[in-house]
Amino acid sequence: MISYWAIVSARFRSLLQYRSAALAGLVTQIVWGMIRVMIFQAFYSSTNAEQPMDGSDVETYIWLGQAFLAALPWNIDTDLRSLIRSGGIGYELIRPVDLYTYWLSRALSWRTAPMVMRAIPLLIFAFVVMGMSPPVSWAAAAAFFVSMCAAILLSSAITTFLNVTMLWTITGDGVTQMTFGLVLIFSGMLVPLPLYPDWSQPIINAMPFRGLVDTPYRLYLGHIPVSEFAGVLAHQLVWILAFIVAGRLAMARALRRVVVQGG
Amino acid sequence: MSQIIIEDLIKRFRVSERDAGMWGAIRGIVKRRYHTIDALDGVSFSIESGELVGYIGPNGAGKSTTVKVMSGILVPDAGRCEILGRVPWRNRTEHVSRIGVVFGQRTQLWWDLPVIESFDLLRDIYRIPRAEYATNRDEFIAVLNIEGCLDVPVRQLSLGQRMRCDLAAALLHSPDILFLDEPTIGMDAVSKLAFREFIKQFNQERGTTVILTTHDMDDIEVICDRVMIINDGKIVSDGTLDELRRRVSLERRLVVELVDNVIEPTIHPLANLANRDGRRIHIQFDPHQISAADLIAHATSQNQVQDLFVENPPIEETIARIYKDQAT
Amino acid sequence: MLDSLFIYRRFLAVSLRAQMQYKASFLMQLGGRLIITAGEFMAILVLFDRFDSLIGWNVYQVAFIYGIVNISFAVADAMTTGFDLFGDMVKTGDFDRILIRPRSTALQLAGQELTLRRISRLTPGLVALTWAAMNLDLNWTFANASLLMVSVAGGASLFAGLIVLQATLAFWTTETLEMMNTLTYGGVETTQYPINIYRPWFRNFFTFGIPLATVSYFPALAIMGTPDPLGTPLWFQYIAPAIGIAFLIGSLQVWRIGVRHYLSTGS
Repeated sequence: MISYWAIVSARFRSLLQYRSAALAGLVTQIVWGMIRVMIFQAFYSSTNAEQPMDGSDVETYIWLGQAFLAALPWNIDTDLRSLIRSGGIGYELIRPVDLYTYWLSRALSWRTAPMVMRAIPLLIFAFVVMGMSPPVSWAAAAAFFVSMCAAILLSSAITTFLNVTMLWTITGDGVTQMTFGLVLIFSGMLVPLPLYPDWSQPIINAMPFRGLVDTPYRLYLGHIPVSEFAGVLAHQLVWILAFIVAGRLAMARALRRVVVQGG
Repeated sequence: MSQIIIEDLIKRFRVSERDAGMWGAIRGIVKRRYHTIDALDGVSFSIESGELVGYIGPNGAGKSTTVKVMSGILVPDAGRCEILGRVPWRNRTEHVSRIGVVFGQRTQLWWDLPVIESFDLLRDIYRIPRAEYATNRDEFIAVLNIEGCLDVPVRQLSLGQRMRCDLAAALLHSPDILFLDEPTIGMDAVSKLAFREFIKQFNQERGTTVILTTHDMDDIEVICDRVMIINDGKIVSDGTLDELRRRVSLERRLVVELVDNVIEPTIHPLANLANRDGRRIHIQFDPHQISAADLIAHATSQNQVQDLFVENPPIEETIARIYKDQAT
Repeated sequence: MLDSLFIYRRFLAVSLRAQMQYKASFLMQLGGRLIITAGEFMAILVLFDRFDSLIGWNVYQVAFIYGIVNISFAVADAMTTGFDLFGDMVKTGDFDRILIRPRSTALQLAGQELTLRRISRLTPGLVALTWAAMNLDLNWTFANASLLMVSVAGGASLFAGLIVLQATLAFWTTETLEMMNTLTYGGVETTQYPINIYRPWFRNFFTFGIPLATVSYFPALAIMGTPDPLGTPLWFQYIAPAIGIAFLIGSLQVWRIGVRHYLSTGS
């Protein structure tokens, strides 16, 4: 356990070094959030009909999305990619740690460090300048926190799965792009999930991607009441487990192939 | 008129200094401190058409800066640079269509394409007439022995193969001047020999001027008629290889292999024993004080000699001495 | 000029052939991009399904504007990949290789790579535009058809100009230029909706500052025959795309200054 912690903290510190990139990302996401808020405000001002989610909730949902954007599984570990390309992956195999757990730890820090850098200043900005609302209750805040941790773990498990596919495809770009496309559409990043047509709700709710965005944010807003917390958390956990199992199996197969080829 | 005229070339670089840490980075945004490096500090030389010139010096001495100025990708702060009657950076496209450049470190071929397609593309970029292109291409393929590489993507070539292809690519448009920037770095022995042989032969046949920067003194010895040495942005030596040796040290060596392992071989009073290695002795002498012939006559008459030969000091030693003289 | 076009075509052919060497990866990337861009268009449909109108605009009008902007950006984005990768070229010194060839640097960079997968954005753009045009009851006069062409050309030029400007910065700084992406990608996101839905300061920025709205929104109004809620005259809507072309020409001048700077610093 201690060795995994060492891996996580070392990578965390090295990722924190890219301060100027973090600043640039912060500005980008603030502007982006403002554009999206204005678009939704325009839509909401065009109707008097009752909507599944009210306008101010959508704004908070958007700002949360911007704050935690970097936690989404949107890219692959470029260091691992060059390791695989150069054949240096062989050295990974002789480390005295379980390779899958090691990769998952990497992914966890890879997802968390840039997110922390951006989330805190962005949330402060959104609260102070844009009038974002706080969690509806302390219970909602706690539920949000737990569910957000599960979201990051889910994102890391998906990222690790994508990293494992690189053992086959080398570049991994294609799989990553396709996955990220699905994430954007079905997590709530593009449009908050409750606004999708009613008939599509059961399908969307069954998919894993809502656990990345929609579940924690709606707990925050009280849109999913705390009483339903256990159910939605279970949904997240089941999918985390599914991606971990899939990742482990895929990795075991890929490594067997690597060993057989002597590569 | 000379093909290349360089007079009093000066180039200074400003290098920004940055303080360590976050605070240093922030302060660096507001106020930067610089120090200047004199990359070229009054460099002058001229080169005639058809010369084979070696251009050497320690790292950071100004070699690449000079080559960059001559190839039109860097503008000097002051001084004159005229090549084929043109100022390189004023007429960049006209200038570069008359020169060829090979950078040893990186290829100018298209990484993912078969070599032959890179050649075809260069034909169109340089607007080479079809007939001239075909002649050149076929000749280089044969002489550089790259027939087998033509259909292979560049990324799959070995370094030696790639450099030979790069050399062909740089010459397809029959340039008047060829710049070679450390071309043999990392090359295997066979490729090196082929490379050097090709350069010499090409120069003799076509009269193309060649300017070669290198760290490999064998390159210089085999290829070049003339050697220029730059150190700290100044040309410190310019002449033939022999002149260079003579300038630095008049000293030469006679190596004598004796028949027996005599304890005290007799040595001419005007020469002295440099070192001894069993039956083999190295005698140091100054040809102005005693000719090699006299010394050999003396050595063979006074000792029982099995074999002997006169040796120049290795070129590396010569160069090292020039750098050292400069420093003091 | 003709010769430049010829060499540009040669560059592109070479670039395409190189990409075809990684066919599987290429197809997957194309698929991924298609999902993302189709998702973005689907988001608009989802919102109109909920809200019926966007301050008076119907879904076809928005789709029409969306189509023009996305087609323009797809064309510009695919053609300027070389400029996108330019920051790395300066760092590694690969730009020297461009400089020792007897062709203009901008032409060589534009020809450096035509990234096919970036064209994937073209698909939802074309679908949206066609679908909108079929439902909008448009008057396809010669003037309107040419205005559509010019509008796409103006939009593509403007985006290309922005990307060239962004690349030019790499001559002066090695810092990350992620912030500049806010202008291009943020510009696409913004201008694919009618510009009058935004707050005035924001609207003005994309009309006068970075005139992205100018080259798409105004000509689209003229073609659709919709009077501008902001009250611009018709003649302005017709000449607006020219601003994009002027912007690209200006950007290329700045690029030239950047190259001169590079030649004198060599960094």
